[in-house]
Amino acid sequence: MQELTLADTYQVKAQDYAMAGDASAAIKRKLKQLGVDSGVLRRIAVACYEAELNLIIHSIGGTLTISMTPSEIKLASSDAGPGIPNIDQALTEGFSTASEEARNLGFGAGMGLPNMKRNADEFHIESEVGKGTQIRMRFHIKQG
Amino acid sequence: MQDKRFHSVRLDKEKCRGCTNCLKRCPTEAIRVRAGRAHIIDERCIDCGECIRVCENHAKYALTDPLATINDFKYKIALPAPSLYGQFKKLISPSQILEGLLHMGFDDVFEVASGADIVTRAIRERMRSMSPERFPIISSACPAITRLIQVRFPELIPHIIDMRQPMEVAAMVAKREFCQKHGVSEEDVGCFFITPCAAKMTAIRNPIGQEKSAVDGAISMLEIYGLLAGHIKNYPSALNLSTATSYGVGWANNGGEAAAVCPEKSMAVDGIENVIRVLEEIENNKLRDLVFFEGAACTGGCVGGPLTFENSYIARNAIRSLMKGCDLRHPDEAVKTSYLTKYPLQTTKKIVPNSVMKLDDDITEAMRKMEQMEEIVKSLPGYDCGSCGSPTCRTFAEDIVRGHASKMDCIHILKDQLKIMAQKMVELAKTTRE
Repeated sequence: MQELTLADTYQVKAQDYAMAGDASAAIKRKLKQLGVDSGVLRRIAVACYEAELNLIIHSIGGTLTISMTPSEIKLASSDAGPGIPNIDQALTEGFSTASEEARNLGFGAGMGLPNMKRNADEFHIESEVGKGTQIRMRFHIKQG
Repeated sequence: MQDKRFHSVRLDKEKCRGCTNCLKRCPTEAIRVRAGRAHIIDERCIDCGECIRVCENHAKYALTDPLATINDFKYKIALPAPSLYGQFKKLISPSQILEGLLHMGFDDVFEVASGADIVTRAIRERMRSMSPERFPIISSACPAITRLIQVRFPELIPHIIDMRQPMEVAAMVAKREFCQKHGVSEEDVGCFFITPCAAKMTAIRNPIGQEKSAVDGAISMLEIYGLLAGHIKNYPSALNLSTATSYGVGWANNGGEAAAVCPEKSMAVDGIENVIRVLEEIENNKLRDLVFFEGAACTGGCVGGPLTFENSYIARNAIRSLMKGCDLRHPDEAVKTSYLTKYPLQTTKKIVPNSVMKLDDDITEAMRKMEQMEEIVKSLPGYDCGSCGSPTCRTFAEDIVRGHASKMDCIHILKDQLKIMAQKMVELAKTTRE
């Protein structure tokens, strides 16, 4: 029998700082209603917020998708550009390509991708300049 | 006097008109309007008092111990909250209030501001050996905020400082010192907190973090305001009863605890909606440099509590001027080290999450219910009007899935159905005529 799956996709607009955090808040609320363990929830909250912020600050717009089975939660971020030229460099703590506007708003500490990687149980990133970036994260849910 | 289900916030059914004011303002969506009146969902209520503030018909109130309760005890000690000092204008010193309380009939008086001094020193000691992973440390002073965290931010529970509240410390010290001085037994002594709010009343009957409260009852500031005012002399006597530091008295204002405990890298937020917003950011790891967080459900801090008489901004200023005349030493100096070891200052019970938001204990069932919820939400108009008796369309969908409501409770859906039925009646009338 196939495991029950729930999925939801949120559109995130580029440079939309006014709505920053809205998608993460909606996702967190759902996970709380589903009774996901607090420890896992905290890690997902951090990773989700970083992913949403990255879409707003760096991309030309994209989507945040959360999908869930009783045993694991998958969080995916997808955009169509501009793409990351050097992934290893982007994953280095402290490295940031944030714009002047973003830095003035307090963003651009260079901890986004490293934080996502640290909080997720599994982390995959693919990117091509001109095509876009896909990030896939997995979080294991404790049973019982 | 323990009661796991006790809530100070109550509804006077006679006065309730069944409007949507409190329904929309409750931060934990604990209110529903059914059969023409409001109902409080016990498990979700955090006793923040927002509904008391916003009810135009004064149907919401806080149940506190009537003043006559002090006569249940042979000896009675008053524990005034520091916010009481802001309720009276033109005071020269808090001693005037303490004398007034003695004049009213209390056998002794112990300032909760002194309890705050001891707690300040204890928290600072505790923080010295804490791992930075626990930062930001969240204050445990406002019971409504602690309960809010249990319901909406359970993953932040480990950040709440495991220290007793100033009113508890004040009660412990006051009782023991009184008994030692007068050679009486502790069971003959009653300690009564003079409270600005409902949350503290609930915290006495249904404590968080400990099995039993050291306080025997809470008396509302509104109830004794007139009586106490009559007993206050307009100058302090030579007795000089007030010994709390200005830091301790400052706890009455929002920001007072943070200023005493952690002047650098702390944040003080007042008003429950504002606290929710900041806790969301702490949850998202956005406030990485923060060491201490003080949250108060009431605007202005405790001086803004629902059971205070004076305007909270006026009271805030009154507290500020009184602070100048108090002992200006920091609690690190002013509080005797023996207090840190003589009394159990740390909380003994772990704070547990309150899982009312969960749709079901079984995650598969919860997922099924969520699927149903999402389907229902799509068919609702999304006006969040409150006419169905639930605060928002999403909550209404949740209520339906939990079996507490049905779709026809939505008047917009009902209206649409009536239109369809009316149309069918017209068509029926046409065909039968031919």
